[in-house]
Amino acid sequence: MALRISPARVWRERIPRYRLAGRQCRRCGRRHYPPRPACPYCGSRELEEVELPRTGVVETYAVIYTVMDGFRDRAPHPVAVVRLDDGTRVLAPLTDVEPGEIRTGMRVEAVLRRIRRDGEHGLIAYGIAFRPALREPRTRRSQG
Amino acid sequence: MARVYVAGVGVTRVGRHYGRGLLDLAAEAAFRAIDEAGVEPGAVVVTNMLASRLQEQDSLGAYIASGIGLRGRPALHVEAACGSGGAGLYTGYAMVRSGLVDSVLVVGVEKMTDYPTSTVTSALAQAADAEYELFYGASFTGLNALMMRYYMERYGVDRDTMSEWPVMMHENALINPYAQLRRRITREDVARSQVVADPIRLLDSSPIGDGAAAVLLVSEELASKLPEKPSVYIAGAGAATDTVELGSREALDRIPAARMAAEQALRAAGVRPEDIDVGEIHDAFTINAILLIEELGFAERGKAARALAEGRFRPGDRPTLNPSGGLKARGHPVGATGVYQVAEVAMQIRGDFPGVRVEGAETGIAVNMGGDGSTLTAFILRHA
Repeated sequence: MALRISPARVWRERIPRYRLAGRQCRRCGRRHYPPRPACPYCGSRELEEVELPRTGVVETYAVIYTVMDGFRDRAPHPVAVVRLDDGTRVLAPLTDVEPGEIRTGMRVEAVLRRIRRDGEHGLIAYGIAFRPALREPRTRRSQG
Repeated sequence: MARVYVAGVGVTRVGRHYGRGLLDLAAEAAFRAIDEAGVEPGAVVVTNMLASRLQEQDSLGAYIASGIGLRGRPALHVEAACGSGGAGLYTGYAMVRSGLVDSVLVVGVEKMTDYPTSTVTSALAQAADAEYELFYGASFTGLNALMMRYYMERYGVDRDTMSEWPVMMHENALINPYAQLRRRITREDVARSQVVADPIRLLDSSPIGDGAAAVLLVSEELASKLPEKPSVYIAGAGAATDTVELGSREALDRIPAARMAAEQALRAAGVRPEDIDVGEIHDAFTINAILLIEELGFAERGKAARALAEGRFRPGDRPTLNPSGGLKARGHPVGATGVYQVAEVAMQIRGDFPGVRVEGAETGIAVNMGGDGSTLTAFILRHA
């Protein structure tokens, strides 16, 4: 039973997923990702869309050996909780790095990557992954 | 306030029941609870996580109720991932406490061994956020591994110290007749076992197994009419939630919903953590137990693993934690686990638990968790 890729679902989530768009609470000021209809910290519905910084540090990581269906070709599959430079946390895979090279606290930057392919229909889903930062700190503008 | 009594309990051995279906297992546990109580329940609550996906069976309330001879009774299905059992008990407790019905059978059942591990792993992963965690291949074990590494690095706890929990669970399960894993293990065995999601190893994880447990709850009025008045009652219940996705939590080394649920239950019962004689807590992974011990106030933050290594929480100590062997060794038929826990604490207080016994236990706690900290329930049980 592999996770199915739904084109409608992938399309619906394209903005938060591809552009790392989160939300900022107008009441408590905290930012969260993924975007939700209300602030998970204070419950306020007064939120604005924000583009999150694309660099941060690995707060914690895990290397998954027993992978889920649909990720067989990925094992070992490293995932991390990344604390972005504004403090927002994002959970995503790590890429362009060997499992043995990963350290808590290492600086990383967000890139768009192919995440997986639907086994049955061949649909491809893209999303954010983090790789060790090349140059830093960088702004979005300088990435060209 | 009118009390809600535990009039009967029933549990099945946890394991690979290839010859028995969902209904057979539920019936075994349900019949024991009903026969022990000597009363037919006025309503049924079925707790289950995976039947919709693995057995392709919905309508579980009616399916189980009619299948065990209770056709016509109101019957519900309650789901909260691995916290389904506790959530169902919370529902059943509320139904009796409100006076809506005077007895409820809460029966938890799960059939996990019909499919290969990869299929079950994918199904279990649905406890997490589908769009922002599963999408990225962060398996449920992977998410718990994120919390485990964070804890170990933050508090400087090494592998061997963490291994104390699974070693103690296997020790406790040795004489539990319905436990899934009845063999002794060492810290070395844990460290050498297969890496599932580094730093989580196979022996940090609860096994995949089938099982069912049932608890029959009755009102105080009905309890007084039974030939043998029940000796255990639910003195307090609590429930709380947190975000399903890990990244939005306040901290990666905390399960605040556990603290909230436990505080509600303790306050309602009028007891403090130091009054607890026995506890059954949710240890699907080693890290779950460590964090829950701290949230429940049994150890200071960052010190639960070391307290274990110093010998705390073993049989003889107060509180004794998971004398059943816990999810780790008794087994973890996910949607049934919370019902097992309450049945076990009730048996400890009654004095007829068939495994490691906590002599003279008067007050106990059962803490069940759904997801990696998103749905928590806590129940305080006391001797009447």
